[in-house]
Amino acid sequence: MPILRLALLSLWNRRFTALLTLLSIALSVALLLGVERVRTEARASFASTISGTDLIVGARSGPIQLLLYAVFRIGNPTNNISWQSYQEIAAQPQVAWTVPLSLGDSHRGFRVLGTSLDYFEHYRYARGRALTFARGQPFADLYDAVLGAEVARALGYRLDDAIVIAHGAGDVTFARHADQPFRVAGILARTGTPVDRAVHVSLAAIEAIHIGWEGGAPMPGRTVTPDQARRMDLTPTQITAALVGLKSRIATFAMQRWINAYREEALLAVLPGVALSELWSLVAVAEQALLIVSGFVVLVGLIGMLTALLIGLDERRRELAILRSVGARPWQVLALIIGEALLLTLLGLLTGVVLLYGLLAAGTVLVEGRFGLYLELRVLSAQEWRLLTAVLAAGLLVGFIPAWRAYRMSLADGLSLRV
Amino acid sequence: MPARRLGRHLVAQWTRARAALTATGPAVAVAAAPVGPVVALRDLRFRWRPDEPEVLALDQLQVARGEHLFIAGPSGSGKSTLLGLLAGVNVPQQGSVQVLGQALEGLDGAARDRFRARHIGYIFQMFNLIPYLSILDNVLLPCRFSARRRARARARSGRLVAEAHRLLAHLDLAAPDLLSRPVTALSVGQQQRVAAARALIGAPELLIADEPTSALDSDRRQAFLRLLFDECRASGSALIFVSHDTSLAGLFDRSLALGAVNQAGSATAAGRPAPAA
Ligand SMILES: Nc1ncnc2c1ncn2[C@@H]1O[C@H](COP(=O)(O)OP(=O)(O)O)[C@@H](O)[C@H]1O
Ligand SMILES: [Mg+2]
Repeated sequence: MPILRLALLSLWNRRFTALLTLLSIALSVALLLGVERVRTEARASFASTISGTDLIVGARSGPIQLLLYAVFRIGNPTNNISWQSYQEIAAQPQVAWTVPLSLGDSHRGFRVLGTSLDYFEHYRYARGRALTFARGQPFADLYDAVLGAEVARALGYRLDDAIVIAHGAGDVTFARHADQPFRVAGILARTGTPVDRAVHVSLAAIEAIHIGWEGGAPMPGRTVTPDQARRMDLTPTQITAALVGLKSRIATFAMQRWINAYREEALLAVLPGVALSELWSLVAVAEQALLIVSGFVVLVGLIGMLTALLIGLDERRRELAILRSVGARPWQVLALIIGEALLLTLLGLLTGVVLLYGLLAAGTVLVEGRFGLYLELRVLSAQEWRLLTAVLAAGLLVGFIPAWRAYRMSLADGLSLRV
Repeated sequence: MPARRLGRHLVAQWTRARAALTATGPAVAVAAAPVGPVVALRDLRFRWRPDEPEVLALDQLQVARGEHLFIAGPSGSGKSTLLGLLAGVNVPQQGSVQVLGQALEGLDGAARDRFRARHIGYIFQMFNLIPYLSILDNVLLPCRFSARRRARARARSGRLVAEAHRLLAHLDLAAPDLLSRPVTALSVGQQQRVAAARALIGAPELLIADEPTSALDSDRRQAFLRLLFDECRASGSALIFVSHDTSLAGLFDRSLALGAVNQAGSATAAGRPAPAA
């Protein structure tokens, strides 16, 4: 077929403008695919933040709010739940395990989570993966702390380093529990979840550092030294929330009803999956908007191609007449222009995909460090193929406009050229 | 001898030689092809658009095999329009255009395009070449659209490229460094000769030239014509050559003033009769 060869040569002849057009298509396609990829990865990593937990229990508030503070460590609880209620839930026959969560303190911008050793055993993320230690082990002593991977990386901590916990989320000098420093006993392996950004200590330790802090600030004479604390009963009176695992998932709804109807205290139990998808539907609006915007960027790229082809057309009237004179049919003239649009779009798509993978390869480390989002270098997904096909179809459609003009022109002009 | 006078001298000599040749030259080529005229127009009426006046109204016109016909007419008189009809790019609203015995108005568009690729070579006034193709590719263009032109070119020189080179050499474009140049770097005269090679490759029965010399100097014109005539004769092609420059008319077998035979728009044409050949 001589037409494809002609289209190629003609593009090559205009390689500078063709390259610009190709580049704008490539960039817009890379953007579109990048947004799509980050979107799906974010959704996947979001959904894999917590797994294996059947119920999250906290004080009565909204399910999303509970999920946010208990799992994502975003925002603050309005109320705590009593240790007694927690004990009662844990004692229910259907309950296999519980993990208490106690929030409120921080260390240099990272949240401190008071919990039990069960946390390291039962917490699951990403379809049932358990937490593992990169270094050290779970807390054994009262003043042992276990760091999330990101905390250790960002602050440069190693095992046995001493750290001081601050009261509340801010880090103010006078609100530090400086008299009871902690020792880094373990560092967790990276999970890509909020676990990476937490400092874990025992519930007893949380109790110990708050003795004498009942008013929100140290009361002179009421605070204790580590030695004094070790001799005291450090059973907590309250916790922030709890993760609950059941012996059988069939019991989930019955247990949820039981907790929500609990008499002594206003409690809320949510199914993590339900709350996650509720939360995601909030985020999805922004995420959809992002995809639509990048779709428009692709459209702008294609309109650039349309402009280039249309402008080129008037200069090429002569060329089209020559082709007609040697026997080219009008549809071949049409095919020539469409072929150029198709070639440009195809090459643009190809370059865009190469660009995307290049950027991914270069950016993965950065994105993972900054946002805890792990972008795997996987092959194109079905959805991404659909997007590429849609762009190709749009390119074809856009190419049809100048091609149709060329077709009409070459029919109207015949061999006489009136310029 | 100044170039212009040399040109005139050559043409004069050549005209004499041609007179001697016409008896045998075309006859040899025509012998292989079926007899009958290359072109036969009858009662042709053509207008570009229904709301526009008629551009052409020709009762009849015939061109014999191998004949060299000159058609004169002022600019805007419908010369190019007539050539478009002969090439089958447009069809008349009335009447018949027969080329090689085939009534073009009876063919559909695709068949006419195929017919043109097979049997007709076309040279424009200027800018004949596709800028992004090499000289060779420009010459070979008709062969890409017609198997018959390919076959005939091969039959002549063995290979397509060899035939293109042969034609280019005959048209004084043999220098190897010339052929590697981009077509945009050629002079107008060189471009027109490449166009002639393209029109001639595969020996089409009919060569149509639409004022191919109007962009050339007058001495170059006659040299170009001489080469064109030679090649047409060698391949047995008939030549229909259109120009508003009547000084060339004498070199042809026959010449025709379009204004005189075209009855369309005679209201305006009557005031300025076409110069007689
Ligand atoms: N493609 C076209 N569409 C409409 N009108 C045309 C077209 N080509 C030529 N014409 C008109 O037909 C008439 C004859 O033009 P043309 O055949 O080009 O004359 P010439 O070749 O003798 O200069 C002119 O009035 C011109 O405007
Ligand atoms: Mg003209």
